[in-house]
Amino acid sequence: MESSKVIHAFYNDDEIVLDAVKTVKAKGHHIEEVFCPFPVHGLDKAMGLAPTRLAITAFIYGITGLSFAIWMTNYMMIQNWPMDIGGKPSFSWAENMPAFVPIMFELTVFFAAHLMVITFYMRSRLWPFKDAENPDPRTTDDHFLMEIPVHNNEAEITALLATTGAVEINIVDKH
Amino acid sequence: MSHYEAPIREPLVLGDKSYHDITEDIAKPIEGTANKNWYIAFYISLAAMLWGFGCIFYTIGTGIGVWGLNKNIGWAWDITNFVWWVGIGHAGTLISAVLLLFRQKWRMAINRSAEAMTIFAVFQAGLFPIIHMGRPWNAYWVLPLPNQFGSLWVNFNSPLLWDVFAISTYLSVSLVFWWTGLLPDFAMIRDRAVKPFQKKIYALLSFGWSGRAKDWQRFEEVSLVLAGLATPLVLSVHTIVSMDFATSINPGWHSTIFPPYFVAGAIFSGFAMVQTLLGIMRKVTNLEDYITRIHVEYMNIVIIVTGGIVAVAYATEFFIAWYTGSPYENYTYLSVGAATGPYAWAFWSLIIFNIITPQLLWIKKFRRSFIITFIISIAINIGMWFERFDIIAIVLSKGHLPSTWWRFEPTFVDVGIFIGTIGFFFVLFLLYARTFPVIAQAEVKTILKSSGEFYKKRREQGIPTKPAIVIANDAGLNDKSNKE
Repeated sequence: MESSKVIHAFYNDDEIVLDAVKTVKAKGHHIEEVFCPFPVHGLDKAMGLAPTRLAITAFIYGITGLSFAIWMTNYMMIQNWPMDIGGKPSFSWAENMPAFVPIMFELTVFFAAHLMVITFYMRSRLWPFKDAENPDPRTTDDHFLMEIPVHNNEAEITALLATTGAVEINIVDKH
Repeated sequence: MSHYEAPIREPLVLGDKSYHDITEDIAKPIEGTANKNWYIAFYISLAAMLWGFGCIFYTIGTGIGVWGLNKNIGWAWDITNFVWWVGIGHAGTLISAVLLLFRQKWRMAINRSAEAMTIFAVFQAGLFPIIHMGRPWNAYWVLPLPNQFGSLWVNFNSPLLWDVFAISTYLSVSLVFWWTGLLPDFAMIRDRAVKPFQKKIYALLSFGWSGRAKDWQRFEEVSLVLAGLATPLVLSVHTIVSMDFATSINPGWHSTIFPPYFVAGAIFSGFAMVQTLLGIMRKVTNLEDYITRIHVEYMNIVIIVTGGIVAVAYATEFFIAWYTGSPYENYTYLSVGAATGPYAWAFWSLIIFNIITPQLLWIKKFRRSFIITFIISIAINIGMWFERFDIIAIVLSKGHLPSTWWRFEPTFVDVGIFIGTIGFFFVLFLLYARTFPVIAQAEVKTILKSSGEFYKKRREQGIPTKPAIVIANDAGLNDKSNKE
């Protein structure tokens, strides 16, 4: 089971880890993951991660919410049970639309916000009773952990990592 | 120079802090035991809350008649308290959303508690309309649900229904915004926890947050988009609350100035409540290095601006009421009639607490003083309560027919429910302060190098924020894999 071995390199500074990621990438090694206690700006680009599309989903969800609000107000107030309130009859959605603007706005926000957050939780596998997957408890405190898979080149990678300022380098079996 | 910030800016984190020190400081109130003052405050709040619940049960069991309402004044303290609590609930999301969009780093020390305050305040606000229904078990009738009453739907033309949508959207979006920000901080507590039960609870609360680079990328994007969505949401909520009044045809309420004026007032009162709470919290949780004088000053500046908008709105209302020449306008809440009538005490409380007292904050020494800020924040809380009371009670007490003029006098039940919600609010906040990471520590760590006192000083001496690389010695290299 050679291929399941990984190197865990620990760093204790955000600027050092960012430079280390760049160095390791420049040497052509694959970085499996970096666990961070807080967001490091530019790390995703340095690792070569694709930009997230969550904002696009939020836009689509918002449009869905708006459409739902238009359908709902039209169905309930105009089609299913039109009422004449204060001499202002509900026979046309377009003419009643100004009164529905608050509902349309709120449902747009409601759908966009909640469905985007649910998408985020599903994509990042976050939910109650989910076990944490950070390999070391220090990665939520002040340590950064870079995980690099090894293919019989432990010596080469550890030597490289040592020069990038890693404070601890472990070779472990990945389960 | 990714961490550069102009030296003229005051540091936002005091002391020689490392990333680990921040972890320690934020985790300490959760891991330690509560002191005597916490218990005293908690039991007083709990007693008030139970008293309030008793009054609520009495109201529901007997009927709304136990309140001081009458034929003219069909809603008084309940709607006053409702608007007051919703207004207080405006600072949290404003701080976390609007200040995020404006990249204000000082928000990071206060956003967590301000959002907690928002959520707890909106809970209190939500209680009042439900109790006022008289039959709270029918509260679900406000939802557009298919039903057996001849498929009778809710009325989407009604501002009260807009309120239902606005406040439930605001509460739920604020809640997920808050919780998403809490995940990395719960994970931090989880990974430090020694007691197995505590570890389990925080593992559950943290949703298994692991802090992968991709998670952080999404986290930041979600925070930004939520901030973008929450910003108009904050403004919409109090706009819609103001429409409860502004869409009616009562003189004094039928006013196009209401939406912006209510929103400014809400932010004004919300920031005042944040000052009240954080003034105490920074002391009892020893977080003086994170919630500093400059944070207090920035919030006071927001208070001056929004308080100024409110003052201009009052002046406009007063002037326009007089300028119409309509005799009815002399019985509205901002008029000579109100200033000299039976509710003069309420009118002048509003003017003194809400307009005159906050002007002290123009003096730099005052707005940087914790004690004076605390006193002024209490005054604003009182003043903003009177604003809503004046709008409702003064306007309704004198209608178009003088023979129907009647005043509102609260009963012990009105008072009890109000005090009960204050107790309930503080019970929730005190429990929060003992169990939740009260400062967004992951976010504070991102600004430590740019805005921390230690790093700012070092930068002035020409020392880079990036520490020198120490080559790991052999002791740092461990082969923990199975040798095959």
